[in-house]
Amino acid sequence: MKLVIGIVRPEQANQVLEALYRAEVRGFSMSRVQGHGGEMDRVETYRGTTVQMGLSEKVRFEVAVSDGFVDRTVQALCEGGRTGEVGDGKIFVVPLDHAVRIRTGDSDEGAVTPVSK
Amino acid sequence: MSPGIDTGDTAWMLVATALVLLMTPALGLFYAGLVRSKNVLNTFMMSVAAIAIATVTWAAIGYSLAFDGSGALIGGLGNALMSGVDFAPREGTAIPELVFFAFQATFCIITTALISGAVVERMRFAPFLVFAALWSVLVYAVMAHWAFGGGWLISGGTLDFAGGVPVEMASGFSALAAALVVGARKDYGRQALLPHNAVYVLLGAGLLWFGWFGFNGGSGFSTGNPSVLAFTNTLLCPAATLVVWFALDLFHGRKVTAIGAATAIIVGCVLITPAGGFVSPGWAMLLGALGAVPSYYLIVWRTRTRVDETLDVLAAHGTAGFIGILFIGFFAQQTWNGVSDGLLYGNAGQLLDQVLAALAAPAYAFVMTFILLKAIGAVMPLRASDREEAMGMDVVQHGEEAYVTGEGAILLLPDDHEKVAVPVADPG
Repeated sequence: MKLVIGIVRPEQANQVLEALYRAEVRGFSMSRVQGHGGEMDRVETYRGTTVQMGLSEKVRFEVAVSDGFVDRTVQALCEGGRTGEVGDGKIFVVPLDHAVRIRTGDSDEGAVTPVSK
Repeated sequence: MSPGIDTGDTAWMLVATALVLLMTPALGLFYAGLVRSKNVLNTFMMSVAAIAIATVTWAAIGYSLAFDGSGALIGGLGNALMSGVDFAPREGTAIPELVFFAFQATFCIITTALISGAVVERMRFAPFLVFAALWSVLVYAVMAHWAFGGGWLISGGTLDFAGGVPVEMASGFSALAAALVVGARKDYGRQALLPHNAVYVLLGAGLLWFGWFGFNGGSGFSTGNPSVLAFTNTLLCPAATLVVWFALDLFHGRKVTAIGAATAIIVGCVLITPAGGFVSPGWAMLLGALGAVPSYYLIVWRTRTRVDETLDVLAAHGTAGFIGILFIGFFAQQTWNGVSDGLLYGNAGQLLDQVLAALAAPAYAFVMTFILLKAIGAVMPLRASDREEAMGMDVVQHGEEAYVTGEGAILLLPDDHEKVAVPVADPG
C-alpha cells in the first residue's frame, strides 16, 4: 500500500479529478494548501503597498492505493496536472503501514479498495 | 433658483439620481458573486469602469447626441461638452437641466456596465474600456435619442417609460453579440463554472431593486402621477415575478433556489421598466407573473448551448425588456397614464408602435455591437490567453486578488523594485 500525494495548480484540479476518474481511482481527499516550488513570484500592489507573493495557491490530493494502483494514480496526477510551465507541482509516493475503513472495520488492502456499493 | 423650477420635483430627482448611480456598484456585486473567486475584482471593475468611462463620454458628447434637438435618428451637437446645460429647466420638466443631465448619465452608466456580464472571466480590461467608450456613444446615446430624446420612436408614438429600448433591449442584445464575438470561456461546457458567493448575488439584487425605485420612479422627472405609479409598480411587478419563479423552480427541481430568486428580482424590475408609468398596478402584477416564464426558460436553454453569454444578460434584460415594451401595447390605460390606451382598451395603433420598437431596438443593438467589437478586435486582442484565463483575471489584469490572505507576502520597498524578477502574471 502506498499513499500518493499530488500537489497541483488549483486551475488544474478539475482535470486531475477527470484523470483520476478515468483511471478508476475512486477514493481520495483534496485540500487547499499554499506553497512555493521555484516558480517566479507574482508582484501585487494594494493602495501603494507593493508586495511579492512568495506563496501560491495549490491543491493537494491524497490517494491511498494498493500497490497495483500506484502507477496509474501517478500517471493520472501527471496527466491532469501538467501545463508545462514552472509551478505544475510535485508527486510524492510514501509507504503506508495500515489503513482502516471506519464503517466496516476492513483493514489494509480491503480498506483502500473501492466498494462497488 | 431659475424660474420654472419646482422644488419638490428637483428634490426627488436629486435623490433618484443617487439611487440609480448606486445600481451600478450593486450590479458589480451581483455579477461578482456569480463568477469564480479568481475573477471577482475584474468583474466588479468592469462596472466601476462603466461609471468612469460612460460619465466622461456622456458629458463630452453622449448627452448631446441623445437629447439635443429632435432629429429622427440622432440628436445634435448643441450640448456637446455640456454646453448650455445649466440651472434653467429642460423643456417639459420643472427641474434644472443639470439634474436631468446627471439622472440620464446614470442610465448610460448602468447600461454600459450591464453588457460586461456577457464577457466576464476572459475579456481583457483595456479593450473593455475602449468598447465602453464607443458603445456608450454609438449605441446607448443613439437609442436613448430614439426612445427619450425626440427621435423617431418617441415622436412616432412608442411608449417607453424608463428604458425598455435604450437600456434593457440595448444591453441584452448587445450582450448576445459580445458573447459571440469574444467567444466562450475555455472551459465552458466542459467543466462546471459555478458562482462563488451566492450572498453577494442576493445582496446585489436587493440593492439593484432599491435603486430601481429611483430608476423607474424618477423617469417621470417629477413627483407627479406617472412617477408615483411607476414607483409602486416597481414594488408589485418584481414581487409577482418572484412568486412565479418560485413556482417554476418548485415544479422543475422541487427546490426554490436563492440565485434563481436574485435573478427573478432583476427580471421583474426589467419587465416593469418600460411599462412602469403606463399600466395599472393590477396589470403590472400580471406583467411580472407572465414575464417570468420566457426569461426562466431562456436561461435554462441557453446554458445547454455553446453560447457563453455568461451571466445571461439577454434573458434577464433583453427578453424581459422586449416583453415589457410589447405589454404596453396591450394593457396601457389612459385612465391611469393620461397618455394612451393599448389594444385591450381599443387602441390597436399603440401595439403597432410598440412592435416597431421591439424589432428595431434588438436589431440595431446587436448589429452595432457586433461591428464595434470586431473593429476593436482587429486592433487589439479582446481576450486573455488560455493560461491567463486559468490564472484568473484578477491577478493578470489588476495585480490584486479579492481574497488575499497576506501569508507569504513580502513587502517590497521602493528600492527593491528593479530587483524583482519578471512576475509570472506578466510573462514577456
